[in-house]
Amino acid sequence: MKKPAHTLSPEQLAAAVQRGERAALAEALNLLDNRRPQSRAQAAEFLQKLQSNESSIRSHLIGMTGPPGAGKSTLTAALIDVWRQRGLRVGVLAVDPSSPVSGGALLGDRLRMKTSADDDGVFIRSLACRGEFGGLSAEVWPMSLVMLAAFDVVIIETVGVGQREIDISRMCDTTCFVAQPGSGDSVQFLKAGILEVPHVLVVNKEDMGAVARRTLSELGTALCRAHTDGNWEVPVLSASATAGTGIDALADALQEHRQVLAESGELQLRRWRYQAQWILKRLQDEFGSHGIARLGGEPALLHKLTEQNLSLFEQHETMRQNLLQPGDIHA
Amino acid sequence: MSETVKRDRPWLMRTYSGHSSAKASNELYRMNLSKGQTGLSVAFDLPTQTGYDSDHPLARGEVGKVGVPIDHIGDMEALFDNIPLDQMNTSMTINATAPWLLALYVAVAERQGVDPSQLQGTTQNDVLKEYLSRGTYIYPPGPSVRLTTDLITYTVENIPKWNPTNICSYHLQEAGATPTQELAYALSTATAILDAVRDSGQVPAERFATVVGRISFFVNAGIRFVEETCKLRAFGAMWNKLAEERYGVSDEKQRRFRYGVQVNSLGLTESQPENNVQRIVLEMLAVTLSKNARARAIQLPAWNEALGLPRPWDQQWALRMQQVLALETDLLEYGDLLDGSPVVEAKVQELIAGAEAEIARVAEQGGMVQAIESGYVKRELVKSHTLRMRNIESGDLKIVGVNCYTQTAESPLTGGSDSGIMKVDVQAEREQIAALQAFRASRDQGGVDIALEDLRKAAANGDNIMHCSIACARAGVTTGEWSEVLREAFGEYRAPTGIDIAMAGQAGSAAMDEVREKVRQTGEELGRPLRLLIGKPGLDGHSNGAEQIAVKGRDAGFEIVYEGIRLTPSHIARAAQEEGVHLIGLSVLSGSHLELVEDIQAELKKIGATDVPLIIGGIIPEDDAQQLLSHGVQAVFTPKDVDMNVIMTNMVNIIRRTNGLEELA
Repeated sequence: MKKPAHTLSPEQLAAAVQRGERAALAEALNLLDNRRPQSRAQAAEFLQKLQSNESSIRSHLIGMTGPPGAGKSTLTAALIDVWRQRGLRVGVLAVDPSSPVSGGALLGDRLRMKTSADDDGVFIRSLACRGEFGGLSAEVWPMSLVMLAAFDVVIIETVGVGQREIDISRMCDTTCFVAQPGSGDSVQFLKAGILEVPHVLVVNKEDMGAVARRTLSELGTALCRAHTDGNWEVPVLSASATAGTGIDALADALQEHRQVLAESGELQLRRWRYQAQWILKRLQDEFGSHGIARLGGEPALLHKLTEQNLSLFEQHETMRQNLLQPGDIHA
Repeated sequence: MSETVKRDRPWLMRTYSGHSSAKASNELYRMNLSKGQTGLSVAFDLPTQTGYDSDHPLARGEVGKVGVPIDHIGDMEALFDNIPLDQMNTSMTINATAPWLLALYVAVAERQGVDPSQLQGTTQNDVLKEYLSRGTYIYPPGPSVRLTTDLITYTVENIPKWNPTNICSYHLQEAGATPTQELAYALSTATAILDAVRDSGQVPAERFATVVGRISFFVNAGIRFVEETCKLRAFGAMWNKLAEERYGVSDEKQRRFRYGVQVNSLGLTESQPENNVQRIVLEMLAVTLSKNARARAIQLPAWNEALGLPRPWDQQWALRMQQVLALETDLLEYGDLLDGSPVVEAKVQELIAGAEAEIARVAEQGGMVQAIESGYVKRELVKSHTLRMRNIESGDLKIVGVNCYTQTAESPLTGGSDSGIMKVDVQAEREQIAALQAFRASRDQGGVDIALEDLRKAAANGDNIMHCSIACARAGVTTGEWSEVLREAFGEYRAPTGIDIAMAGQAGSAAMDEVREKVRQTGEELGRPLRLLIGKPGLDGHSNGAEQIAVKGRDAGFEIVYEGIRLTPSHIARAAQEEGVHLIGLSVLSGSHLELVEDIQAELKKIGATDVPLIIGGIIPEDDAQQLLSHGVQAVFTPKDVDMNVIMTNMVNIIRRTNGLEELA
């Protein structure tokens, strides 16, 4: 009989996650969510083991974002169907807001329902954003590493509008913005530069007809004034999650963006950059801007972290230890 | 009593009943009729209501539980054996599969040699409220409204005395609706349906007043019986006006608000259940007192509904309450007692004003269908219900025997060997399945295939669904086959859960603060916030309890995973694992708790997640509760447990116990 996941060593747990074992995946996500010091230490060790195997670079991390009611969940569910038909395994991290008063939250409402419950190729974990200002919990990024180790496609679905989107684009390979027909918000945000330009824009609910077509053309126009990302021209697509139209084309566009990133070597760079940013954020949370200044300031630190290409948690630990020492730092 | 006094004819007296099998239910019906019941009210089991055959995996544990299983024409024939349909007035609580059950009824009439145009009765056929309460919908709102209109237009032409739809405010009250909301949402629903019939082009304009005249309602009456009487007078006034102004109905008779009633089940208590008798009688007064707003048909719940299924004797008692009021008292000798009362009139006007404002809000969103799809109506209901629960908890809303005067002597009513409730024969499901499989083997498959193909075509090209459904019934198609063809054509729907409401916390509630602190502290000790999965397994769609626990849990600081009704055991087990929850809370009101818990435990074992503790809430008899506890369920909650803070504290302690922490006081 297999050992229960919670009795595995960090190394065994990492191996089980890479084999795609569901109980291990769940356990690993619980571990990364855990704030007790001994769990933190275990988590660091686990992630280190996980990272030593670079298989995750074959996977694709996609951020799915857009205003409430735009139909992100139904669209994600429709995409999952397409990916499953293409033989890809899919992991989802669905982020919902939590109550500022009680800390409680209502999670995962409706997404899982639309996917096959008995399909081992799909795994969904919901997360509460727990008051994080950027709309994403600090835990999301390391959790996405776990998912990337086990699945071909990993989606991070977030709520929120406007500024809250920024975080997700700093974390994912590809950001997909889902726009709601008839709502001018996304157009305004794009124009004002509040909304970071996504890599793929999709107007959902094209079955609404004229309203959807108008939003589509407005977004297209607004986008011309925004900048493009390197040699990638941002596609503006139209789909309907409920009618099941335009989903294949959306999946293709997402895949194409990943292809472009991989061929230019940008994909690996990006992942390092996110890692660096996450470490920066963690250090900032723990030591404040003063701590960052002691390490040479944000730009220099980011540069250094990206260059070094060390294991994430080794870096983080080294920096922490440096900061915990009194006196000058020569990192 | 003077011999010359003229008495009004009493309303139709029914009892909502059906269980185990068509044969057992037929015996029950004939016994009830011999006791003076004047109409039938058929309760179907959940597989029949949600379009599954008795041998479908989702039907396990549900066959014959909350009503009679009807798989095909043979079952329907047995159900009405020796009950001549031309002399019966039959009400069927059936919604998503209403066209199918009416088709079976028509086919059985033909076999009895009765001309279907003579049939009298009612199909509930109000799917919109199923999305808000009760939960036996199948298809998305668009196709559902189409099926509803098909049935209406069919009966108006072919079964003229049939009530094709009973627009229900009943279940809205059960889901928490205030009288104003009941008025507003029921009338908005009626408007949505009538507009759809008009726009379908199936009824010539000159016949439309007849359609309006056939629309009837199914209403709830709660314990605040003065307000409830006023609500019914308000219904009458508003419907009259709406029929005249919106649909141009000139004949006053066709504008009459015709309604049947089941009095309130929400307010029936498990503690001191004998008190439910006086509640039921007072609630019956609400719908009979005012002659001009009197019910056409009444069915009363039994005193022990909150304990489990009523026995024949319990149902007889409920029928006798009606007979005493109608036959012994002088109520039916007088005209309207309330006409001209300024107090009543003021209350009626207040309700009308409130309802009109809410109707306008729904209309602004595009109408009832849109307001349901967006989740608006459901959220409003969950809000109202949450307020009600808070008021019970705080004691502002008094419930005798529950939150005051709770001391009681031992009850002789619940002490018998059957604990005062009916036990469904556990063999019934197996026998039903065997009979169904024998039926399938013996029928003419070629005829079945042709009938289903015609149904498929009608679904696709928009022809009225009734004609080919009746052909299916004659050919021996099953409930599951009929529903499946339409599932393929229309798709399946999941309604908004409505729990994403924003409500101010309970300011100044020390008890709530205490619970919140326990949740927080335990989360801290375990290293991450407490997570709770609320699961509704099986086909039961009564989701009020699950929704209230979800909202309360969120307010107490739990992270809640709730995905709505009708989940399979495997779905629940896998979701619990994927979401890393600390506790699984199940809600089951259909009586199939033993089977469903067994299945869920097996699924948890299969995926290696047995360390997640399991609790359950619902209408669970004491014997079953003991059995569940001995099989590893950590706690069983029943309607007796009204203090949600206590429930939450229990949940925290179960999590603590499971994780080796000391329990909190």
